[in-house]
Amino acid sequence: MVPTDLHYTRDHEWVRVDGNEATVGIAAYAADQLGDIVFVELPDVGRSLDQFATFGVVESVKAVSDLFAPVGGEVVETNAALTGQPELVNTEPYEGGWMVRLRLADAAQLDGLLDATTYDALIAAG
Amino acid sequence: MSVTGTRLQPTIFELGRPGRGGGKIPHPPKDALDRIPASARRTTPPGLPEMNEPDVVRHYVNLSQLNYAVDTGFYPLGSCTMKFNPKLNEWAARLPGFANLHPLAPDAAAQGTLQMLFELEGALAEISGMRAVSLQPAAGAQGELTGILMVRAYHRARGDTGRDQVLVPDSSHGTNPATASMAGYTTVTIPSAEDGGVDLDAFRAALGPRTAAVMITNPSTLGLFEARIGELLDAVHAVGALAYMDGANLNAILGRFKPGEAGFDVMHFNVHKTFSTPHGGGGPGAGPVGVGETLLPYLPEPRVLREPDGSFRLERIGERPTSIGRMRSYAGNTGVLVRAYAYIRAHGGSGLREGSDDAVLAANYLKHRLAGAYDIPFDRPCKHEFIAAASTLKKETGVRTLDVAKRLIDKGYHPPTIYFPLIVDEAMLIEPTETESVETLDAFADALIEIAREARETPSLVLEAPHETPVRRLDEAAAARQPNLRWRPMSGAQTPCPD
Amino acid sequence: MPYGPHTAADRAKMLGALGLSSIDQLFDDIPVALRASRLDLPDPEPELELAARLSALAARNRIDLASFLGAGVYRHWSPPAVDQILLRGEWYTAYTPYQPEISQGTLQSIYEYESLLAELVDLDVVSASHYDGAAATAEAALMTCRANRRERVLVSRGVHPHYRETLRTYFSGGLQLDEIPLVADGEAAGTTDLAALERMLAEPDRPVAGVIAAQPDFLGLLEPMPAIGELAHAAGALFVAVIEPVGLSVLAPPGAYGADIAAGEGQPLGIAPQYGGPYLGILATTDSLVRQIPGRLVGLTTDLDGQRAFVMTMRAREQDIRRDKAASNICTNQALLALAASVYLATIGPHGLRDVAALGAARAAELEVALAGAGAPRIHPGPYLNEFAVRVPDARLVHRRLLDRGILAGLVLADVEPDDPSLADGLLVCTTEVTTPQEIERFAEALAEILDGRPPTAVEAGAGPDRGTLAGSVR
Repeated sequence: MVPTDLHYTRDHEWVRVDGNEATVGIAAYAADQLGDIVFVELPDVGRSLDQFATFGVVESVKAVSDLFAPVGGEVVETNAALTGQPELVNTEPYEGGWMVRLRLADAAQLDGLLDATTYDALIAAG
Repeated sequence: MSVTGTRLQPTIFELGRPGRGGGKIPHPPKDALDRIPASARRTTPPGLPEMNEPDVVRHYVNLSQLNYAVDTGFYPLGSCTMKFNPKLNEWAARLPGFANLHPLAPDAAAQGTLQMLFELEGALAEISGMRAVSLQPAAGAQGELTGILMVRAYHRARGDTGRDQVLVPDSSHGTNPATASMAGYTTVTIPSAEDGGVDLDAFRAALGPRTAAVMITNPSTLGLFEARIGELLDAVHAVGALAYMDGANLNAILGRFKPGEAGFDVMHFNVHKTFSTPHGGGGPGAGPVGVGETLLPYLPEPRVLREPDGSFRLERIGERPTSIGRMRSYAGNTGVLVRAYAYIRAHGGSGLREGSDDAVLAANYLKHRLAGAYDIPFDRPCKHEFIAAASTLKKETGVRTLDVAKRLIDKGYHPPTIYFPLIVDEAMLIEPTETESVETLDAFADALIEIAREARETPSLVLEAPHETPVRRLDEAAAARQPNLRWRPMSGAQTPCPD
Repeated sequence: MPYGPHTAADRAKMLGALGLSSIDQLFDDIPVALRASRLDLPDPEPELELAARLSALAARNRIDLASFLGAGVYRHWSPPAVDQILLRGEWYTAYTPYQPEISQGTLQSIYEYESLLAELVDLDVVSASHYDGAAATAEAALMTCRANRRERVLVSRGVHPHYRETLRTYFSGGLQLDEIPLVADGEAAGTTDLAALERMLAEPDRPVAGVIAAQPDFLGLLEPMPAIGELAHAAGALFVAVIEPVGLSVLAPPGAYGADIAAGEGQPLGIAPQYGGPYLGILATTDSLVRQIPGRLVGLTTDLDGQRAFVMTMRAREQDIRRDKAASNICTNQALLALAASVYLATIGPHGLRDVAALGAARAAELEVALAGAGAPRIHPGPYLNEFAVRVPDARLVHRRLLDRGILAGLVLADVEPDDPSLADGLLVCTTEVTTPQEIERFAEALAEILDGRPPTAVEAGAGPDRGTLAGSVR
């Protein structure tokens, strides 16, 4: 069962909301599919993202995937630890492997996302 | 065992010692560089190793023995056509007349090479049914870019600026969409039909006034001939788009199908696949392009021309303003092309067709032998290559295609192409080519069947393969996370340069 | 079929297993209307006859000339050890090292090549190579656009004309390419015009991603690379240096003068001219730009047992994974040529390489004096390494007459730069360590005669193999 306090997208991103701050990463399922993560390309601080826009790239040994913003907002922080330890995305996808922190533009966008139960069902279906 | 060498080698940096080597070049006068301004001079010498010739030779001979190669064993790599590399061709390319000719030598001094290039163009045009050929592109990928840039020039010349899409099937080689992007197009990917061929309806739905071209590999990357190719080409032309053929799989159809005659407007050849030029560990190759009448004006410059008196020359700059220009420096990878020329001359039309026939027969025979042990997703006659998959094996034993591939190394074979094309699960793309004997084909099939049995009875043997190679199961994640791309010699281990 | 193993019995066995009576049945899926009739090609040739045909073709090329032609491709002595190693089947018939366990030879040789070139250019990362200097320069230009997210590149007219033409082709899709003019007269004639560069960098609303200049430039002259780099960086642009590897043994490398990217042609490292290729495109950059570099990279790692091993790395950037988002569509590297360059460097050594460069420079100074004495003075006054341009009245005609006397007097500059009046009647000549004083003397004497209008003597016509026969051309 994935963490219940998060929202999810069909592209396997998660978002944790704390006030008007949204932290974003990718789910364990996606990290497993990609394999050993070797590099994460993240946007510059200050950049404005629309919901579902591409905000970066995650690269493994054998695959590469675009990252899509689950919600829109301005990038206030990116996870500097991922530069030296991209494997955090594999080992701590929901904690140490977080990717960007956004100033949430529109809380209503969360309504369109999946909750933990729905997301679990989605990945169980394969 | 797949490789004869067992000992890993130090790097040349570790083998070098200050004061070793020399004796190759006479000493220059001491003041030779005095006239070069100090500001332009190098102040610290490059940290290149100092080695004597015996150590150099031993190093590279020992390293070579850690390589698997066509000259050492069977290489059933789908989509690569690892056929024998004829030794006559190595001799020909090294003839001083060919090897020592400067690319900017006047035409009068280059008549032999110009004639060879002219004849090779003609042969490839005949083989492909195309109107004309350019030998300039340095590789298949560069040939693809050349072709798509010509398509773009064509539409621009017609004043049609609305075409911003290139259509490719989802089975295409990665170079196709990469090429389209480089030329400024958006790639639209069309899913394949159930039977592995193009989904004609899906293509028709996607074709329209925004389509610049479609890029089709025929036979497809699944090793299947595109039976609906005629209708597809008609549909493409009906919307004013052009048809590009990726010629990587030409080895299946020499003498049986000519893309230009069938209606393709442009294609590229991979001479290092179809025409036997050696792969060299990853290159060099060459990727000539053939065009029909439509794209003839746009060929890269300079073309090789024959004068009325029978002599040959290169086009002059600006002689054909419609050309898309240069794709590279000088005339082309002539050293590679002379090998292809020799290959075509050795075979003639009948030999080339026979080669394709044998390649297709060998692939079908191998597919038949493997049918019990592996999944054959497309169980109809294939062309020069076919897919055998390990999906059932994986479900039943946990052993995947990657493990089968690594175990094949223990059995003395280079694995087939794995996990390509992307649309088939646990795929192995197997291409035997026409230069492998029936005994080799049978032995290979036996080895694969044995591995399937091992997967069921003693899976760890497969899961932990290879067992007998000099190195095994490399840490590719670490290599990508903390890239070490350069040897850092320890300081103090160099002699200073004399000046 | 010359190399195929299948006998009638073999074919019958395979067809029998398939339950077929003819190979034709395997081609039934080709629509009848689209089937080819036949291949109208000459009959197959047995090896003996084909060898004679190839020898005859090769013999029609004039390689007996005393050559002073460079212009991006240079004659050097390649120790026979290089070619003999290259002839090992384990090297040249191997495939791309996708299975590292059975490709450690190729992988280690590429890593060594990357390391050797990194020493020469003094930059952190060298790719496993590109097709040629032109492709490497084009890839470098595209790198600057990606890294800077700008769309305009400035290239000096001192960069090889073929490279600039190739850049133009690669840039024809919307990216902008502008040429920086060369200084017309004075001490810096023939080198990049710094004042013009500064003006071009300052154009409002047209930010520059990269500035490209060559060292030496196409005319053989030494460029003020540090100054060009400073101007580029001050405007927020990256600096690309186009280099020649043998000269780097004695000239300041890109890393020393602040270049962000280096590109160039590796042919001079023991690779034969071969009328255009295959050659070796060198591309190098700093650590900060490593993820922008296209093409293959080989890195060091360990295996399961902790042994040192080599593997292709950062492959997700390449076309087979990234597909339409790949930095480049490049698939091949020039592995065998990278090996040739490595073996050449290992065999020649750093002192040998320096001697190659210095001897070429010494001969060039002798050539300059000899040609000036014969009536062909240098066009430009600035310093050069081993190549320079001279002015000769009616250069194209003189070049033809010298060819008739067995001398290849460099490049007629009007052939590659027809619109530059300062290069009209220019010949671009070079020397290397293989140029002999006798050849220089022959050149100067023949030139003096032609300019004087005298007919050639028997000596000047050159003793050597008759160019029309097979003799002397077959090894």
